[in-house]
Amino acid sequence: MTTLPDPIGPKPAHPATEFMRAFARNQSAIIGLMLLAIVLGTTFLGPFLYPVDAYSMVDLPFAPPGGDYAPLGTDYLGRDMLAGIIEGGRATLAVGAAAAVISVVIGILVGSFAGFFGGAIDALLMKVTEFFQILPTLLLAMVLVTIFGASLVTITLAIGAVSWPQVARLARAEFMRIRKLDYVAAARTSGARNGYLIFRVILPAALPPLIVAAGLAVGAAILFEAGLSFLGLGDPNTMSWGLIIGQNRNYLLDAWWTVTLPGVAIFITVLAISLVGDGINDALNPKLRRR
Amino acid sequence: MQPILEIKNLQVGVDTGKSVQSVLDGVSLQLFPGKTLGVVGESGCGKSMTALATMGLLPDRFSVTGGSIILAGEDLLAAKPSRLRQLRGNALSMIFQEPMTALNPVLTVERQITEVIELHQKKSSAEAREIALEMLRAVQIPGPEERLIAYPHELSGGMRQRVMIAIALACRPKVIIADEPTTALDVTVQAQIFRLLRDLQMQTETAIMLITHDLGAVAEMADDVAVLYAGKCVESGTVEAILGAPAHPYTRGLMSCTPRLRLGAAANDPQAEGLGEIPGMVPPLGRFPKACRFAPRCALADARCHAEQPPLVDTAPGHSALCWKTSPEKAVA
Amino acid sequence: MKPLLDVKDLKVHFPLASGQTVYAVDGVTFQVNEGDSFGIVGESGSGKSTTAQALMRLVDPIEGVIHLDTQDLTALSGDPLRTMRHKMQMVFQDPYSSLNPRLRAGQAVREPLDLMGLGPVRGRDTRVDEMFTQVGLHPDAKRLFPHQFSGGQRQRLCIARAMVTEPRLIVCDEPVSALDVAIQAQILNLLKRLQKDKRLTYVFISHDLAVVQHICTHVAVMYLGEFVEQAPTGQLFAAAKHPYTWSLMAAALSPHDRSRAGARFTVTGEPPSPIDPPKACRFAGRCPFATDRCRTEKPTLRDFGLGHRVACHYAGELTPPLPELAATA
Repeated sequence: MTTLPDPIGPKPAHPATEFMRAFARNQSAIIGLMLLAIVLGTTFLGPFLYPVDAYSMVDLPFAPPGGDYAPLGTDYLGRDMLAGIIEGGRATLAVGAAAAVISVVIGILVGSFAGFFGGAIDALLMKVTEFFQILPTLLLAMVLVTIFGASLVTITLAIGAVSWPQVARLARAEFMRIRKLDYVAAARTSGARNGYLIFRVILPAALPPLIVAAGLAVGAAILFEAGLSFLGLGDPNTMSWGLIIGQNRNYLLDAWWTVTLPGVAIFITVLAISLVGDGINDALNPKLRRR
Repeated sequence: MQPILEIKNLQVGVDTGKSVQSVLDGVSLQLFPGKTLGVVGESGCGKSMTALATMGLLPDRFSVTGGSIILAGEDLLAAKPSRLRQLRGNALSMIFQEPMTALNPVLTVERQITEVIELHQKKSSAEAREIALEMLRAVQIPGPEERLIAYPHELSGGMRQRVMIAIALACRPKVIIADEPTTALDVTVQAQIFRLLRDLQMQTETAIMLITHDLGAVAEMADDVAVLYAGKCVESGTVEAILGAPAHPYTRGLMSCTPRLRLGAAANDPQAEGLGEIPGMVPPLGRFPKACRFAPRCALADARCHAEQPPLVDTAPGHSALCWKTSPEKAVA
Repeated sequence: MKPLLDVKDLKVHFPLASGQTVYAVDGVTFQVNEGDSFGIVGESGSGKSTTAQALMRLVDPIEGVIHLDTQDLTALSGDPLRTMRHKMQMVFQDPYSSLNPRLRAGQAVREPLDLMGLGPVRGRDTRVDEMFTQVGLHPDAKRLFPHQFSGGQRQRLCIARAMVTEPRLIVCDEPVSALDVAIQAQILNLLKRLQKDKRLTYVFISHDLAVVQHICTHVAVMYLGEFVEQAPTGQLFAAAKHPYTWSLMAAALSPHDRSRAGARFTVTGEPPSPIDPPKACRFAGRCPFATDRCRTEKPTLRDFGLGHRVACHYAGELTPPLPELAATA
């Protein structure tokens, strides 16, 4: 007897639609998204709307904001602060994003293998992860930058290399949980190889918290870059927010804007990223969705 | 005999944001002291909603839209929240399906039992402890003194359910609502829990509302039965009447769907092998048919069943069914 | 006739971090002929699900041999194991967790064909359509995601996925215990019909004696990693000889025989943990008939004819505490 022609009942929305709705209901996430849009807009459209060279002198050094030549004032070399923030944003965001990608990729690879295979492989990979976790990350990054030279690329690699363990732990926990689900066993009995199980079956299910972690890693990497630049270990040839702060830090009391304005830019960016990250996290969590 | 708990024409709706959908439509039940009422049906029929409405614990967006729930002469629907809190755990308590999640994992067994006692009765902690110990003995937990200081994870599934029962009984409630109390347990343990509940009921005269999907559990425990389907009570009566001569096609369908354990000489009887089937499935909320809600799945349904609300027919004293087709010759079919 | 599935002395043990060992499956032997269905009944911790997983090579046995046809499954690994999996498939207990929420229904059923490269690529979609129809789903449902199906429909999908490779053997691990009675009956009837049409062989794991009696030709009763009784279905339910089997039969609730309710034979206690189980008879601690011999000497499976084997020192000597069985004994 064949019954049940096709599923009945009101069709629940597709998970992606459901996610968008939940996200849209979250006010702070929307504010974060708008802030992020402002930051990205300023950084990428800024050079067209405000075509001032960030590296040339436009006024006397330490001209306060609201001057005739520089709306946000000038730094210790008389360079335009607004142009500097627009120009520096690109490097800062690029370093943040690239470092986050590196840490997420390494973290996922290490975490997924550890969580999927378990046993000796897990023990070994987790020992390596713990080794990286117990090292003071800022010091390690400083050592790496000192050895390999302070270029944007080495800074990015250094940040990525020290910040993956958290992602690895998260990925491992997710893999250990999901690998026990029946549909993974079903895929195995359907003839799936380990690579297929790891990357095609388990990883997509493990991604939601990892996406959130990746977003937060971008924020952390931006702060990290600022910290390195502040300590004078940034790339002196490329304008970044951290570099502006680092170069002007001695004049904080005389010209507050030279340090405060890039600081505010960093603050807004990191805040926006964590608000959006939290929003994604809540929207992906079915228990919170209903509220 | 006076019912201790009477639910009359209970209506529960859920607010979907656009409209209010009916979840329970005119459910009427009676519980008598010392008796067990089995409430049966598939998932989505409204059994758990009936229990939660009675406890005053309906989830968000669900609300009672009509009817009355009268516990010992007091209308629970008119009671203030503070009064309900007073009654819950005291005159009216609940046993849940999954004792592991219903128990607090960070409190000892003693604390969980004494908590209810201290909440509802003026007892010193020493007295409460004494009652807790007595309750553990009543639910036949071996070594009750040692178990008092145990945490839920240190107990087996059956022991946890016994602790749940001890908590439910601690304040000598008039009514216990047991929502699938043995579904998570092994069969041999299930038999022990049912026996325990029956023994305790005999001593305490507690009325039990047994919410279950399992007609076997009903046969084992219940004195009276109400069969729910898609938010309506489609048949009610004594357990002998309902299981012996079911009048509603849905009840008959459920009976024929349950595989029959045939022991001894019956084991090799090829006649008894077939397994009946109810086609389709319970309609989801908001998709309930206008006339008889079971009509789309019913083999006996005709044009009238699809067009008009069926009447509540008394097929025997105390046995009624919500159906157009309850005449005796049809009932045999 | 050579059995399709031949399992000899299968053992699955899991070491614990504490140094103890879980004796999940501890020496299980059985044969299943083509077209038969072999039921394994037991409570939680009996090892019935681990047995199913070991048959599917989802967990590795530490000892024992599993022959499917002429092939020794325990000797296979890597690609040879992967490519022979089309001969045996599994239906899981929970239709909610056994379907990948990210795969559409059609993809889920097609996946085994793609992964094992079965049949011509062009014919695979037609084959998926056929499977949908055979399990009672409309082929248009292919484009839907699992969460759009009800529990019963999901289990139909799982059955379609298991059948699509034309397996010889299907291991069903509690396939109906998560479903409502009415849906349970639909799925049981479907499994039975498909078995008849395709001459399938089942290993059917369940905790429900009535379900097993309905669907199986042979039954084994499992307790703490061991078979305590096994027999053809008719023989077992007519003349069970092991006290544990009796306790399961007595505990089974049925709306059809209310006469059995109330005063019935019950055993005390709960199944002990399979971590370091008793050395002698594992049921002795709960058995109302146990003697000193049961607590010191391990009973072996003894044959009582017609393939009826019982692991009890006193099998055949005890009077069953169930009136139906006592009448035929």
